[in-house]
Amino acid sequence: MPAAGVVMIIAVVLIVLALVFYLVSTIVALQRITKGLDEAITGVVGIIEKSAPVDEVVTSINTNLDAGVDLLEGLLVKKAGLSDAVGLVAGLYPGAAGDGFRNFPESKETKAPRISEVYTKGTLTLARLGREAPIAAASPNGPALRNPSYGSTAARGLYPEIRQTRPAAMPRSPIIGTDSPVQYEPSDSPGVRKRMPVPVGAASTSQPEETEGGVVKSGLAFLRRLKSDD
Amino acid sequence: MTLEWIGDALLLLVVLPVVVYLLRGVLTAANCIVPSVQQIAAAATAGSKDLDATALLLTTQDQVQKTIEVAADYGGSLDVILDDAR
Repeated sequence: MPAAGVVMIIAVVLIVLALVFYLVSTIVALQRITKGLDEAITGVVGIIEKSAPVDEVVTSINTNLDAGVDLLEGLLVKKAGLSDAVGLVAGLYPGAAGDGFRNFPESKETKAPRISEVYTKGTLTLARLGREAPIAAASPNGPALRNPSYGSTAARGLYPEIRQTRPAAMPRSPIIGTDSPVQYEPSDSPGVRKRMPVPVGAASTSQPEETEGGVVKSGLAFLRRLKSDD
Repeated sequence: MTLEWIGDALLLLVVLPVVVYLLRGVLTAANCIVPSVQQIAAAATAGSKDLDATALLLTTQDQVQKTIEVAADYGGSLDVILDDAR
């Protein structure tokens, strides 16, 4: 065989080897791509299936929320009036009054009154108890007064009453009824008692006081002392 | 004889490099696609997992409906109790 033929065979073999190597490598790469696409398709199908009912559910939620907004806006405007309602919203959510009420377009042009001038401090305190936003005029930047865990204790702290300090002993509440240690009897007229109540066991004063000329003796003694002082 | 040597030279110096160049380009392109496809698959899987919470929307839907019902009842009572604004 001539040398040129041998070289040609070697060249063809080299070309075939190069074809085999690169084509097999390409096939392997394409198989990896196919596997990755299968995983991607599985994930996308999952996304489609899981997000299918979202539109319906979110539409339902929005419908209910729209009804709630309509209800609360209408009730607020009906009971407080448009001006005060805008002021209340501005007090609770600073800046929100500018957007106005959805069902009351004229509320956008309504000037929000200063809420502290419209409502008393007590009303604002009650509002602070129920809202996160502090709106009390005294401390507009203070924390909300409501304690979610101990709400009743927090509310009790608002009142200047000594019982909230939990003293060791407090006067007991009066006992009422026929067996109560202090007996009351109806007065002749409002605010006028026939006699002061006396606890059980004390010297009874239920006996009529001695009188002198129709005047109670103790009263006479008082008048005499007053006269001698003069 | 000379033509055979010329043909051999063409095969070795022209055809073989061209074949290798073209096949190497195809392989490089295929290998570049692989990581992109794997990233897409990972993202799709993660997205599908994130949407597992969409089932809770049904609970949210019920809760919103009940809340609005309670608010409506409460608002009705307030409407009766409170006087309207002047």
